[in-house]
Amino acid sequence: MSVSIPHALAVWRRNASMYRRTWKWNILPNFFEPVLYLVSLGIGVGAYITQMEGTSYIAFLAPALVCVAAMNGASFEVTYNIFVRLTFEKAYDAMLTTPIEPDDVLAGEILWAVTRACIYGACFYVVLTLFGLIPLPSSLLVLPIIPLAGLLFAAIGIVFSLKIPNIELFSFYYTLFLTPLFLFSDVFFPLKERLSEPWLWVAEALPLLHPVRLARAAFRGEASPILLWDLAYLLGASMLLLFWARRAVRQRLTN
Amino acid sequence: MIIVEVSSVSKRFGNRLAVDRLSLEIPAGTCFGLLGPNGAGKTTALRMIYGVTRPSSGEIRVFGIDIARDPRAVRARLGVTLQQNVLIEALSPEENLRVFGRYHLLREPELSRRISELIDFLELGSHAKLPVRHLSGGFQRRLAIALSLINRPELLILDEPTTGLDPAVRLALWSRVRDLRAAGTTVLLTTHYMDEAQRLCERVAIISEGRVIDEGAPGDLIVTHLAPETAEFDCAPEEESALFSGLSLPLRRLRVGRRVMIYLDDATSLIDHIRHRDQGDRRALVVRPTNLEDVFLALTGTRLEGQE
Repeated sequence: MSVSIPHALAVWRRNASMYRRTWKWNILPNFFEPVLYLVSLGIGVGAYITQMEGTSYIAFLAPALVCVAAMNGASFEVTYNIFVRLTFEKAYDAMLTTPIEPDDVLAGEILWAVTRACIYGACFYVVLTLFGLIPLPSSLLVLPIIPLAGLLFAAIGIVFSLKIPNIELFSFYYTLFLTPLFLFSDVFFPLKERLSEPWLWVAEALPLLHPVRLARAAFRGEASPILLWDLAYLLGASMLLLFWARRAVRQRLTN
Repeated sequence: MIIVEVSSVSKRFGNRLAVDRLSLEIPAGTCFGLLGPNGAGKTTALRMIYGVTRPSSGEIRVFGIDIARDPRAVRARLGVTLQQNVLIEALSPEENLRVFGRYHLLREPELSRRISELIDFLELGSHAKLPVRHLSGGFQRRLAIALSLINRPELLILDEPTTGLDPAVRLALWSRVRDLRAAGTTVLLTTHYMDEAQRLCERVAIISEGRVIDEGAPGDLIVTHLAPETAEFDCAPEEESALFSGLSLPLRRLRVGRRVMIYLDDATSLIDHIRHRDQGDRRALVVRPTNLEDVFLALTGTRLEGQE
């Protein structure tokens, strides 16, 4: 059985119709969060840093934080929200009484998580515009990176959510996985100036590093061959994880 | 025409055999009941019929289609009300129906037309715009049934449709099921309420530990296994032989603790006999029609003692 796009969109629309009732409240934090980071780190800490990789500290942070926003948007959706739909709302049991198949459920949920990543990322982008941190037109290239980053973190999160037995384990996901990624993926300082050669190779495994590098290159309008590797990582890792997620969804929903 | 055809289907979960060589045939337009206690394998059987649980062995055809091959085509033509309500609590009944209609790829204006039909049919109008979490259990159950009807199913599967509902709501739901039957819908339901099965179903299969113990029309099962009338009273086991001595009737009886149930075609002479023995201190006697509960007890729980 393969994905039926209309059925996957019906799954997407279920989430969208719930989001529609609460978006006014949901979307506010998406605007506040970047403002807080930019003011505290960019303007506060940044006052003590004359330059970071040839730009002001706040300009160094800006593109990376767009990717962090996308990561957070997708992650929240595929962790807590999916777990609630799976265990408490029994939404997938309901869907499987209709022509919807497990593959459609997966496709619809991933698409929705990417949508949320785009909402988060776009809000951040708008705030950066207000701060005058958007070099045009090159920074527009960051926009296609947002859904790609969303896709990767949606795929990682959904595999985790399908494999864990209880909701408490999400705190591990956040404190032992997402937070370290946030802190050590070129967001706040360039890894290559702080790590020795062998560790730099290890760091290449970090999923957030790749969208951050792409976003920063977009803002600067600089192309380099390593960006191809970043793009390949984003797409390749997403595909592998989705393949795994596909099996996990079937196991979980049909037994 | 046979709507559901289950041929020798088994389902194993690890070491546990949940369904054991189940075979069923449900003709079009009938109401068929799967009866059994909790844990008998009813829900697993249903899940296999609508194609979300794969049988370990055996074959299932619904509308003549092999469910393992084309579950989408089968599920487009049936509706399922699950045992646990799967409503979106933050949304209103109308919005729930809309979301569910989209799962079936219904489009406007058909979708809105169907929603208002169902809101009328299940009398949800007064609460159609309130969030589901504010609705009573009865309303929520009616909405759950409405959801499973959104695609005008030819086959309606109801898993324990009235468990936990008050009597008035049960009666109302039964009458809706009869309306659907009259309109030609085939109904497959599971229940552990024997009265529900007896009122609604033309045929029932009694299931225990994953196996069909017997199958037939409720009336036929009663006559085959027991008899149309039941006399019920308290009687200590040691009293029994004295009480029944001199009776020439064939007695089928069932004992649960001190309670004795006796099944016969006509209870009159038995009552006379007991009243005669009981001179003075008359015991409380109940005569009632035999029901599926008795058949179920006879077939599964308590041993049926026959005295021919």
